[in-house]
Amino acid sequence: MSERVGIVIVSHSADVARGTVDMVRQMVGDEVPIACSGGNPDGGLGTDVAGIQQAIQQVWSDKGVAVLVDLGGAEINSEMAIELLPEEQRAKIAICNAPIVEGAVMAATEASGGSSLDEVRATAEELSP
Amino acid sequence: MPDDLQGRLVDAAAAAIAANAEELTALDQAIGDGDHGINLNRGFQAVAETRAALAEAPLPEALQKAGMTLVMKVGGASGPLYGSLLMAMGKSAETPPGSVADLAAMLEAGVEAVKKRGRSDAGEKTMLEVLLPVAERLTRAGAEDVAAPALLAELRAIADQGLESTREMQATKGRASFLGARSVGHLDPGARSSQLLVHAVCGVLEEEAG
Repeated sequence: MSERVGIVIVSHSADVARGTVDMVRQMVGDEVPIACSGGNPDGGLGTDVAGIQQAIQQVWSDKGVAVLVDLGGAEINSEMAIELLPEEQRAKIAICNAPIVEGAVMAATEASGGSSLDEVRATAEELSP
Repeated sequence: MPDDLQGRLVDAAAAAIAANAEELTALDQAIGDGDHGINLNRGFQAVAETRAALAEAPLPEALQKAGMTLVMKVGGASGPLYGSLLMAMGKSAETPPGSVADLAAMLEAGVEAVKKRGRSDAGEKTMLEVLLPVAERLTRAGAEDVAAPALLAELRAIADQGLESTREMQATKGRASFLGARSVGHLDPGARSSQLLVHAVCGVLEEEAG
């Protein structure tokens, strides 16, 4: 199966979100689907439930999607976004407890080899204290 | 709704948040990330834009709609927290509430959803310091014969006490927990917004009770 786990970056800042995606693309390449949501619905600092859902759909893969978040509101809004998705998708989405930039690079590296969602998440979370 | 009760609840809640948005943000600047007033105001203004639909819908449906608007528009942690509160209140009631006990059951379901969403409970310097005792008092009132004006006055006082109790607490949840002991001495912004909303709702119900 050539399909790979998708990666979603959720940051309070659109710049951080886009910058993280750029780093992953340069370090890991383009074979891993990656999308981001940064900023609140008005474009200021914050997070956006609809934008998170859109990013998840953009990289959707039957192997699942790993979500990397920055601070508290990003996590709780990502949880909310996932809960509002259809049940068959919810089970295949994991929020990784990892630093956003380093975790994204690690997760994407693992995903690029065709690893499962559990493996991608475990690799990203190796960075957590 | 002949007397437009739900519409007036929307107006009162949105007005209370708008009038105090700067103060909420200032409280949040002290111990959080300084966006609570801006975020909540964005969310409640979006709710106010749907006033006509909310005023006409059955209460359970209106609560779920308003909750979903908060989830989608707030842009901070308070969106899913207040959104879950309203959505769970709406979901818990199949029909509009007919008694204090019915209302209490709805609020209890909402508060339970806030606890779950925030993985939090009493004593952690959050909005729950206001919502939990208010829900508890309302539940006891469901089994008592207490006049509406007296009960509403009591709920206002309980909300005030709950808010004040956060001043000396140390935060263990949310951004304020990063500050550890330095969070002591500040009111919790989420508890303040909850207290404002309790007063807003009580104000409308007091007019209703005459």
